[in-house]
Amino acid sequence: MSEPTVTQDLIQHTEQPTEALAGVRSNRPRSLWRDTWDILKRRPIFWISLALLVMFLLMAAFPSLFTHKDPSYAQLAKGMDPPSSEAWFGYDLQGRDVFARTVYGARASIVVGVSATLLTVLLGGVTGVLAAYYSRWLDAIISRVGEMFLGVPYVLGGIIILGTIAPAQTSPNEVMIMAVVVLVLAVLGWPILMRIARSAVIQAKHQDYVQAARALGAGPIRIIFKHLLPNSLAPILVYSTITIGSYIGAEATLSLLGIGLRPPVISWGIAIADHTRYIRTGAHAMLFPALFLSLCVLTFVMLGEAVRDALDPKLR
Amino acid sequence: MVEVLSEPGSRGTTGGALLEVDNLHVEFRTRAGVAKAVNGVTYTVDAGETLAVLGESGSGKSVTAQTIMGILDMPPGKITGGEIRFRGSDLLKLPEDQRRKIRGEGISMVFQDALSALNPVFPVGWQIAEMFRMHRGASRSDAKKKAVELMDRVRIPGAKDRVNDFPHQFSGGMRQRIMIAMAIALDPEILIADEPTTALDVTVQAQIMGLLAELQRDSNMGLILITHDLGVVADVADKIAVMYGGRIVENAPVHDLYRNPAHPYSKGLLESIPRVDLKGQELYAIKGTPPNLLDMPTGCAFHPRCPYKRDNCVTDVPPLNTVSGTRGSACHYWREVIDDSAS
Amino acid sequence: MTAPAEPILEVRDLVKHFPLTQGIVVKRQVGAIKAVDGVSLDLHRGETLGVVGESGCGKSTLAKLLMALEQPTSGSVRIKGKDITKTRGAELKRMRRNIQMVMQDPYTSLNPRMTVGDIVGEPFEIHKDVVPKGGRRRKVQELLDVVGLNPDHINRYPHQFSGGQRQRIGIARGLALQPEIIICDEPVSALDVSIQAQVMNLLERLQSEFNLAYIFIAHDLSVVRHISDRVAVMYLGKIVELGRDADIYERPTHPYTQALLSAVPVPNPEGREQRERIILQGDPPSPANPPSGCRFRTRCWKAQDICAEQVPLLQIREGSSHPSACHFAEVNDAVGTH
Repeated sequence: MSEPTVTQDLIQHTEQPTEALAGVRSNRPRSLWRDTWDILKRRPIFWISLALLVMFLLMAAFPSLFTHKDPSYAQLAKGMDPPSSEAWFGYDLQGRDVFARTVYGARASIVVGVSATLLTVLLGGVTGVLAAYYSRWLDAIISRVGEMFLGVPYVLGGIIILGTIAPAQTSPNEVMIMAVVVLVLAVLGWPILMRIARSAVIQAKHQDYVQAARALGAGPIRIIFKHLLPNSLAPILVYSTITIGSYIGAEATLSLLGIGLRPPVISWGIAIADHTRYIRTGAHAMLFPALFLSLCVLTFVMLGEAVRDALDPKLR
Repeated sequence: MVEVLSEPGSRGTTGGALLEVDNLHVEFRTRAGVAKAVNGVTYTVDAGETLAVLGESGSGKSVTAQTIMGILDMPPGKITGGEIRFRGSDLLKLPEDQRRKIRGEGISMVFQDALSALNPVFPVGWQIAEMFRMHRGASRSDAKKKAVELMDRVRIPGAKDRVNDFPHQFSGGMRQRIMIAMAIALDPEILIADEPTTALDVTVQAQIMGLLAELQRDSNMGLILITHDLGVVADVADKIAVMYGGRIVENAPVHDLYRNPAHPYSKGLLESIPRVDLKGQELYAIKGTPPNLLDMPTGCAFHPRCPYKRDNCVTDVPPLNTVSGTRGSACHYWREVIDDSAS
Repeated sequence: MTAPAEPILEVRDLVKHFPLTQGIVVKRQVGAIKAVDGVSLDLHRGETLGVVGESGCGKSTLAKLLMALEQPTSGSVRIKGKDITKTRGAELKRMRRNIQMVMQDPYTSLNPRMTVGDIVGEPFEIHKDVVPKGGRRRKVQELLDVVGLNPDHINRYPHQFSGGQRQRIGIARGLALQPEIIICDEPVSALDVSIQAQVMNLLERLQSEFNLAYIFIAHDLSVVRHISDRVAVMYLGKIVELGRDADIYERPTHPYTQALLSAVPVPNPEGREQRERIILQGDPPSPANPPSGCRFRTRCWKAQDICAEQVPLLQIREGSSHPSACHFAEVNDAVGTH
């Protein structure tokens, strides 16, 4: 047992309403999620990241709200023209509107980031919960397999897998291209989430309330879904939010190396890759997609950290 | 103040007691509001004297001790009033480097959980020796020799061989002894023991309490014993301060308080102890729950739980009334309480 | 208080050794922690058996074994004649209705993500045939009322309650299936002094109301004495003395019981200077490597050669009416009454 500092002890104590106070506080049930929301809504950083998130999501879902230009319409004559009142972000190498392409690029980046994260959570979450709950040999196997995947450097793993199974250049189906990248990100990223889920579940597993449920005769399904998962969700949620951001960055990295997304998909990573060589003559064609990319990654990271701070009882 | 410190032989020269806590107020600013942890605590300890501070969790007993030691987390803690006089000078007004000197040499502290209070990556002997090197500038070998002496003094068997062992290699009782060795290393005039035996078993608790009493006798230290255990208090204390809701509700010499409590809270605590002759009967129980520090009851903090409650208890904060010579009770109706408990 | 014919709970030669292993891939057993090492006891309907002992004596492991949360290495735990350690599946689930527990820590024993209604109602979710679905909410509110909580607080979460109130929630959950036996594992030691008496009174009231049998595990000797009809004293995995409360507290014959009683500080300063104390030396040895023969001999002032050679059995000794596991058991007048 660790010695609670006075402050913690005191805060714990002050969080126990007396009979008298309980009446004042009304009968409103207060779950921990509700408390978290109460804290979140008082944080400016949460509102800023939320506003940015809404903007990016709108951009991904309805790009035409932001621009009515066609991102694929090329006017070679205007290639690399700098920003002007006509085209705010200028034109790219092939004379396409950079603003339109940046707006349209949000979709691929966010779709890849979100779906790769969902797949990661699914893979890592299920394996992590199983490893923690059944422990012994299943835990040993899952943990070792996870370590093998973690041992592979990200970019190297990406090059190997994408180099082997990437769809042939001749069949550029947008969905297929994205699906392969999603798969690669999730396959290389699940062990981290598995570890987070595993340690969270192991921690919850040793709590007395799990023993109490077992003493009542509760089976594994009930214990996992009613007791372990709800109490391990917080770290998984926080990490997933941050992961979306880092996957968007990773997608750009892979695209920059020429093994991630590629035309006809429009993405920030591709835009950056296409124009790195022209950084001295026309930085705008690379700068704006890079700016959006950074902002988008930052949005998810900030959001994740805001949620983490709110969930962390020590910071309350 | 430095001059005073340089002559540790002279004790209690300023006329007042060795340590005087005077009307101390401490608050904690938390997300949920301001928690008033200590609301005007006053007590004194003299050389060779044992003061027991008795109270439940959240009563402010540990916060007061940490304020005396100068180890309160600030923020969220904030000292909003009062003085802590050690040998007549107010510790709260001293610059940090002088306070650091008093910590360990003047006043030192033993914590409840020795395992987390000791550094796990250093041998215990090194940690004890560090006190001499930091405060006295002793050489490495001298300090180590002193450390072995101290470990002998707190009765750690085979001290010479164990001086290089790490904290986790000792049992709970032995770790507490090491903590005590560190606390008495510089011959402090006041030792604060914050629940020193709560984490220990009964038979080990008896050993540790015996050791503390012996060390106190040998060096004439003033001892502040912070506890919630009425048995331990009865065993060792000279005088008692009972705390409730950040206030001292009763202070008295130990025999007087147990024989004849003058505050309804202390009376209730004593009556709720299971007794052989009342076996099978319902225990007396103080109703309700301890106060919420964020939302203290008005008037007397104990009034929602008090069987003596009248209208003015809800509105007026009772002062610490003088019962007799050194006794005080913060109850409007202390005469009634003391009459009831005498019968 | 005299025992009716058939005990409701019979524990015989219960042993739990936790293996100590070394190696990461291939695990070798290098020893065992002998947490519980041959415990036998009976519990009768409506009776309270107190179990006292210091940390590491195996009392919490004993509780887990009785609750079938751990599998014993050997021995049996019979509830109404049926051995719970050999029961599995649906049959075990049905047996669990008869034996429930109240845990020590009111902060970790309640799932923070569930409402009080869900926590107290969970037994009915698991054992669906006990109360029909429509009646469960009413039943939960009744239970809250029984333990002295406001039934309207059914939708609140545990962190909205104080420690004492949370312990009441835990008790309500334990009562839900109307068990005949409740294992109380240090039920008041985490509570504030002024709250302990409230919870003790509640436990006693429930016992007489529902004719419950308690195994009351605690380290606080005065609390155990107050509630128990009989008391078992444990040391390093074994019961060293077992008897009626007056036998144990007034006429203890085992040196460890005597030392334990004499070490408890008496909450009365009168005559403290004259009080005689048996202060034991050192700490209890590790249960991974207990002394041969009598386990207490390393700290015992009576120890002789025989103590190292022969394990003293828990049996009635000369000059006493209750069993004691000491070769030299005798009443010691120096040990005062508590």
